[in-house]
Amino acid sequence: MKVLVAVKRVIDYNVKVRVKPDQSDVDLANVKMALNPFCEIAVEEAVRLKESGVADEVVVVSIGPKAVQEQLRTALALGGDRAIHVETESMPDSLVAAKILKGVVEKEQPDLVILGKQSIDSDNNQTGQMLGALTDMPQGTFASKVSVEDGSVEVTREIDGGLQTVKLQLPAIVTTDLRLNEPRYASLPNIMKAKRKPLDTLSTDELGVEVKSTVKLLKVEPPAERSAGVKVADVDELVDKLKNEAKVL
Amino acid sequence: MSILLIAEHDHQALNPATAKTLTAAAKMGDNIDVLVAGENCQAVADEAAKLSGVSKVLVADNAAYGHQLAENVAALVAELGKDYGHIVAPATTTGKNFMPRVAALLDVAQISDIIAVESADTFKRPIYAGNAIATVQSEDAIKVVTVRATAFDAAEQGGNAEISAVDTVIENTKSRFVGEQLAESERPELTSAEIVISGGRGMQNGENFKLLEDVADKLGAAVGASRAAVDAGFVPNDMQVGQTGKIVAPQLYIAVGISGAIQHLAGMKDSKVIVAINKDEEAPIFQVADYGLVADLFDVLPKLNEKL
Ligand SMILES: Cc1cc2nc3c(=O)[nH]c(=O)nc-3n(C[C@H](O)[C@H](O)[C@H](O)COP(=O)(O)OP(=O)(O)OC[C@H]3O[C@@H](n4cnc5c(N)ncnc54)[C@H](O)[C@@H]3O)c2cc1C
Ligand SMILES: Nc1ncnc2c1ncn2[C@@H]1O[C@H](COP(=O)(O)O)[C@@H](O)[C@H]1O
Repeated sequence: MKVLVAVKRVIDYNVKVRVKPDQSDVDLANVKMALNPFCEIAVEEAVRLKESGVADEVVVVSIGPKAVQEQLRTALALGGDRAIHVETESMPDSLVAAKILKGVVEKEQPDLVILGKQSIDSDNNQTGQMLGALTDMPQGTFASKVSVEDGSVEVTREIDGGLQTVKLQLPAIVTTDLRLNEPRYASLPNIMKAKRKPLDTLSTDELGVEVKSTVKLLKVEPPAERSAGVKVADVDELVDKLKNEAKVL
Repeated sequence: MSILLIAEHDHQALNPATAKTLTAAAKMGDNIDVLVAGENCQAVADEAAKLSGVSKVLVADNAAYGHQLAENVAALVAELGKDYGHIVAPATTTGKNFMPRVAALLDVAQISDIIAVESADTFKRPIYAGNAIATVQSEDAIKVVTVRATAFDAAEQGGNAEISAVDTVIENTKSRFVGEQLAESERPELTSAEIVISGGRGMQNGENFKLLEDVADKLGAAVGASRAAVDAGFVPNDMQVGQTGKIVAPQLYIAVGISGAIQHLAGMKDSKVIVAINKDEEAPIFQVADYGLVADLFDVLPKLNEKL
C-alpha cells in the first residue's frame, strides 16, 4: 500500500507573529519556519503504517517556493521514502493546493492520503476535504485513530460532541488531529540519510493547474489587545470583584 | 442573490450556533433560506422556521443525512447551493467537515471562521491562532463561508417561514458511519455557556476535575480544559478550548492551572471577563486576565466552592 502525505511549511508554532506596520500582511522575515505540527503527525502516522507492515511506501509532497524543500527533508528524516516538491512562487490557497494535490494523486495513485487538519498559519482547515471532493474520495477528518484493514480504513474522528467512527473504502483521505500520535524526533543518522533520499520537483504546468487566487487579502491587523487586569489577594476579594465590579456573578 | 444557510442540529433540536450564524448571514444580504439536512428532523425545521429573518426552510429528511456524513451532505448542499450567492454554515466540526467539500465541488474558495462581515463579499477572520486579523474579499460568484458563532449574537425568534421538503437524496457508497461516543453532561454546552471554568495540567489528574465541577455546578457553568489536560487523559477531547479545540467567548472564563499558551488564548481571549488562578505569578495567562489570583488551586477551589 502506498501512502501520500502532504506537508506544509509554516511559521514555528512557538513564534508569536507580528503584523507589518503597513498592515499588508504579517512579518515573516527572519522568523523560524517549521513543518506544520499537524503535518508532522501525518508523517508519523504514515511511517507507523509502514513500520507495522501495512504500508510499503511513504511519499511526502509539499507545495510552495524552493524553501519548502527544507521541510521535505525533515519529513524524509522522520521516515518518508521519497519526496515531491511542487514549485510555486508563493504559498497557494487551499483550493489551489487541493487541485495540485489532485494532480499528484493522479500521478502517484496512493491508497491513502494523509494531510494535517489545518495549517497553523491560515487556520483554514480546508485542503483535505477539498481534495476529497476533487478526487471523489471519502474522508475521515480530525482523526484520533486510524486502522487500515482489507481495502478500507476505519477512522475515529474528534467532533464537538465527542468521537465519531467512520469506515472508508480505499483510496481515502485522512486529516490528522493532535491526539492521533506523538511524532518522533529525527535522529542525526536519519537526518544524514534523508539528504540522499530522492526528491523530485514538479511544476504546476506539468500538473495542469493554474495558480491564482479568488480571495484578496485587503488588510492584516493585530487583534484587539487585552490589557492585564489586577491581582487579587484571595478568594474573598475575587468573589467580591466578580459580584460587585465585573457583575458577572 | 439569496443566501443558503446550513443548519447545525442533532436531528431533534437546532444547535444555538445556527441562530448566531443567521445574524452573520443577514449582514451579507437578504433572502435567507435555511437547509435542514438530517433524519427525522422535522422538529428542527419547525424551530428554524421561527427564527426571524428566514425566508424559507428546506428539509432534506433522509437516512442518507442521518450522521451528517460529509460526502452526502456536501453533494446535497453543492447541488442546492449552485443558485445562491452565499452558502453559510457555523464553523463547528460538522461545518468544517463538509463545507470545504461544497466549495471544491463548486470550484470556489472557502472563507473559514469569519468573525465579522464588512460587506457582502468582504469578511474578517483570525489567522495565526488569532494573533492577526485578516480582512479578505472574495471574487467568487458563490461565497462559501463558515462562521465563528461566538462572534455574533443569536438572531431573534418571531419568524414564520414556509417549510418545504427537498427530495434530493445523494448517498455515497464509499463512506459509512460505524459508531459514536458522545459526551453526556447535564452542564451547559461549552460554546454557548455564560460561564466557563477550565482546568489545565495543573489539575494533576482526572479525579481532581471534580473540584472544578463542583464550582461549575454552583455557577451553572460549563467545564473546559487545556490541550495538556486532554492529552494527559484527565478529560475527554470535546472539552479542549483553543486554536484547534473549541472557541468560547462567555461572560466569565475562569482558567485554573493553565499557563496561557497562545494556542489556548486563541480559544478564549474574547471572553468578557477572564479570571486566572495559577501558582506561578509569571504565567502568561495573567497578561490577559482581568482578575488574577496567584495561589495554589487546591487551596482556592474548595474555598471558592464554599463562598458561592
Ligand atoms: C498545533 C498546536 C495546537 C494546539 N492547540 C491547542 C489548543 O487548542 N488548546 C490548548 O489549550 N492548547 C493547545 N496547544 C498546546 C499549547 O501549546 C500548550 O502546550 C497547552 O495549552 C498547555 O496546557 P496547560 O496550560 O494546561 O499546561 P502547562 O503549560 O504545563 O501549564 C500548567 C500551569 O499550571 C500551573 N499550576 C501547576 N500546579 C498548580 C497548582 N497546584 N495551583 C495553581 N497552578 C498550578 C503552572 O504554574 C502552569 O502555569 C497546541 C499546540 C500545538 C503545537
Ligand atoms: N502548500 C501546501 N503544501 C503541502 N500540503 C499542504 C499545503 N497547503 C495545505 N496542505 C495540506 O493541507 C492541510 C490543511 O491545510 P489548510 O487547509 O491550509 O488548513 C495541511 O496540514 C497540509 O497537510
